[in-house]
Amino acid sequence: MNLDGRRITIILIVCVIAIIFVIRLFFLQVVNSTWKEQATALTEEEIPLYPPRGIIYDREGRMLVTNQTVYNLMVVPKKVQPFDTLSLCNLLRIQPSDITTLFAKAKARGEYHRPQLLVEQIAPADYAAISEQLYKFEGFFAESRTLRVYPQRAGALFLGDVGKISPGEYKANPYYTKQEYIGKSGIEKAYETELRGIKGIKYAFRDNVGNIKDQEGDKEDQAAIPGTDLICTMDADLQNYGEKLMQNKRGCIVAIEPSTGEILAMVSAPTYDPNLLVGRVRGHNFNVMTNDAQKPLFNRATQAQYRPGSIFKLAQSLTALSVGAITAQTRIHCNRGIIGCHGNHSYDDLEMAIVHSCNPYFREVMHRVVEGNRDPKSRFRDARLGLEIWQGYIQRFGFGTDLHCDIPSVKTGNVPGVEFYDKWYGKEQWAFSTIYSLSIGEGEMLVTPLQMCNMACVIANRGWYVAPHTVKQIGIGGKPREDFLVRYDLGIDTAHFTTVVNAMEKVLQPGGTAWRSALKDIVVCGKTGTVQNAGGKEDHAVFICFAPKDNPKIAIAVYTENAGFGGTWSAPVATLMIEKYLNDSIAKSSEAREKLIFDANFLDR
Amino acid sequence: MSSLGRQHPLANVDWLTVIVYGALVIFGWMNIYSAAVVDTHPNPMDMSQEYGKQFLFILISSFLGLMVLYMEGEFFNKFAIYIYGLFILLLLLVLAIGTTVNGAKAWIQIGGFALQPAEFAKIGVGLMLAKYISNTKAKFNNWKTRLIAAVIIGVPALLILLQPDVGSLLTFVAFILALYREGLSGNVLIIGLGAIVFGVLSIITGFNKINYPFFGEQSGVFILMTIVFVIGLVFMLMIKNFVVPRNRKKLYLITILSTVAAIGFSFSVNFMIDKVLAKHQKTRIYVTLGLEEKEEDRSEMSGDAETAEAADIVIRSKNDDPGYNARMAKIAVGNGGFFGQGYMQGPMTKNKYVPERWTDFIFSVISEEWGFIGSLAVIGLFVFLIVRLINMAERQRSQFSRVYGYCVASIFFLHLLINVGMVIGLAPIIGIPLPFMSYGGSSLIGFTLLLFIFLRLDAERLSVFR
Repeated sequence: MNLDGRRITIILIVCVIAIIFVIRLFFLQVVNSTWKEQATALTEEEIPLYPPRGIIYDREGRMLVTNQTVYNLMVVPKKVQPFDTLSLCNLLRIQPSDITTLFAKAKARGEYHRPQLLVEQIAPADYAAISEQLYKFEGFFAESRTLRVYPQRAGALFLGDVGKISPGEYKANPYYTKQEYIGKSGIEKAYETELRGIKGIKYAFRDNVGNIKDQEGDKEDQAAIPGTDLICTMDADLQNYGEKLMQNKRGCIVAIEPSTGEILAMVSAPTYDPNLLVGRVRGHNFNVMTNDAQKPLFNRATQAQYRPGSIFKLAQSLTALSVGAITAQTRIHCNRGIIGCHGNHSYDDLEMAIVHSCNPYFREVMHRVVEGNRDPKSRFRDARLGLEIWQGYIQRFGFGTDLHCDIPSVKTGNVPGVEFYDKWYGKEQWAFSTIYSLSIGEGEMLVTPLQMCNMACVIANRGWYVAPHTVKQIGIGGKPREDFLVRYDLGIDTAHFTTVVNAMEKVLQPGGTAWRSALKDIVVCGKTGTVQNAGGKEDHAVFICFAPKDNPKIAIAVYTENAGFGGTWSAPVATLMIEKYLNDSIAKSSEAREKLIFDANFLDR
Repeated sequence: MSSLGRQHPLANVDWLTVIVYGALVIFGWMNIYSAAVVDTHPNPMDMSQEYGKQFLFILISSFLGLMVLYMEGEFFNKFAIYIYGLFILLLLLVLAIGTTVNGAKAWIQIGGFALQPAEFAKIGVGLMLAKYISNTKAKFNNWKTRLIAAVIIGVPALLILLQPDVGSLLTFVAFILALYREGLSGNVLIIGLGAIVFGVLSIITGFNKINYPFFGEQSGVFILMTIVFVIGLVFMLMIKNFVVPRNRKKLYLITILSTVAAIGFSFSVNFMIDKVLAKHQKTRIYVTLGLEEKEEDRSEMSGDAETAEAADIVIRSKNDDPGYNARMAKIAVGNGGFFGQGYMQGPMTKNKYVPERWTDFIFSVISEEWGFIGSLAVIGLFVFLIVRLINMAERQRSQFSRVYGYCVASIFFLHLLINVGMVIGLAPIIGIPLPFMSYGGSSLIGFTLLLFIFLRLDAERLSVFR
């Protein structure tokens, strides 16, 4: 038998196998990149480095929000060795079942080798005791986290809160991971990007049982950039004082510096200590407050939409003067046949009509604005043309808009126009007689207290406003957002304001509706309102004002729900705030008023 | 017929082979160090660690190899039968007093070291086969020769199967290649290859259950059997119509026999898988054929498994996941890329994902850290070594040396085939070492002796004619 060829056959077999191997290796190593991706996913751990969140100070430099370190107790189920369950549970104040359910969950998710969160946010004092014992329990370790803390315990809704990111927020913003915290409301939300800083990355290796090791070489770690500190517009003393005045009441106070649009105080009552929504108690307290009938989490200053009532007569006056429907000297009979009135007057001019808050006067004023005989053939078409003009003017005050402010989820209110009534009644099915309750700030008109205060600012400035905002300096010594350096001019002649301001001054003089709240040494210009309530409940008390008359430093809107007359219950709150802000103290002569307000309780009404 | 003794013993030694051997051993040791190094024991010669021990094994192997080179080649011819007998005894001994590691009673504990007789038994079988064939001038066309050769290979193979160590057993297939060179019919190779293909087909079809009309749910292998049966019938018809009558009878017989054999084979393969193999062996075969992952997919689809992160899908404990080792090895190899992650830099290696990384899976460490270039170099060195050994075997005047040379080459080839095939996912996970590179005293010493005995025989090729 000739066997010479068999050597070649055997060598061929060896070579064919080797070539198959080399081709396979080429595909595994060079052509296909999925293996490399899998290797990276397996071995690389990007540990996020969380920067400290920016600190928030008030306008005087007092610290309002700062950070505090807490500890999360983590466990890698796979690494746990048999341990003294009872002593660990006692140490952490948990039940043994908490551990077993966590392990079962981790197993179900295929995360048995990864760190799981066992106990969240342990306070530093508690952690000290735990850390001494922790070495006994293999697989358990602590991770530090920072939480917000509010040394002033005030301005909860103004400052806002920070909470775990929601699925929606996570989807909308690729910056975050699923476990992160994010500003949920107030300044924390509006200035989230500035406050949070920029996360760093520490690259590490993860081994086959989940141990994390520092990575050397290849990838350089990125340091975290701390969040920017903010100086907000709030005056912490004024805010605190406002919250105290509003204790046991439902309602709100908004105080703005008219020349800058800076919100000095924003109280929504009932209020709460912002520290209640931090840390382990957050979840529980959040539920309690959400279900509270008094709705403490509801920011009445920006989200409550009230009928403005009589204070709206100020905007009506300015509109009518601008349109030329009336002059300052126009007198109108107080004809109480169509609409009721109060007090002893019969034939006021504009100034006195504001002082007396004469309803028939303002009904007629709006009548003249809306039905200006622009279409003589049809009362209905005439009203459409007139209302269009009226709406334009009212919107210039910021009503029906978000005021371009930096407060998240503000409501815009409602300035009903042609479109609104066409939908409501049908086209050309309505005329002034249908909608006249608008003239005295009732009817379908809805405004937020922030908008009311903004109107006070417009009058204080005699014709313009700056968008109300909450942050004065981004970074210590920095500037506010550029939008807040812009004046919105209403295009209403300054002369028209003189009449209105003079009238507002008289409101706090003897004979005015708020004369009892007048201050000794400060000239306050204001306007009361009393908004009727459906269902027979007590009226809402409204008051807006600014002071001093010349070169005003503060404008305020106060809305007290179900309190009664605006002059009786909201005006004193406003003037006490002014006194506090401008004089830094409450005069002896005001103390009786202060006590009256402190003691008043309208919560049960 | 003895050595003429005129020359220095190290003259005529094939130094090129020795250099390739040295390169593989040193490179292997470097990679063992990379795979096993412990931060607290950075010294590569630290005897408490694998790399330190391997260094010791290298020293021992070098010494023994050199000793073999100084011996008379005639010794191995004369004592072949005794050497064979000694290893048979050792294999019997291990069954009696061996210690069990990973389910195989394969180790004889001597002091701090464990000896694995199966790694040495190949030397005995190689020498014995060479002795038998060269002495009797055996011809492989008679059944007696085939039977005796089968017994020489079969006895130690059987003893290894009893341990049971399927991996080592498989390497005995190598001797068929050597026998093929000496005249064993090529049909053996072809039938063997055909059996592998048909066996794989049987396993794949047998893995799925099919709902048959009348018979209900049964193994899918019956479809394959039916197809074979139909093909058999078609052949019969073709023979009836196209073949001259005098040739028909023989062809009928061949067709009937092969059809029956094929059906019987595919039935017994599935029977083996279902009833004989241990669960983990069965799983390994399924994983290699890509069937096990299918099973996984099914369970994932039926359960409401949440889409976990990529890493979490991949990491599961070995117990949960039959494909873990195979997949980790493949990921490590793939992660090497063209140039590799760099020595001591492989993330899959360093972070312990690669299983058995300094023993059976050393090739995945090499692939990850040295990349395609490194893998190519190692395969290249092995192919060079094997081909060189074959060519060296061919230049022997002595048939004894030639047969033994082929045995050595075939054994290295089969180890390469199974070990590298396993790492790159072309063969099931079978625990056998990569010659010269995997950690392990028995295997390094065994392979060294295997090779150096042939180098000794080769050095004497001009002076002897056995």
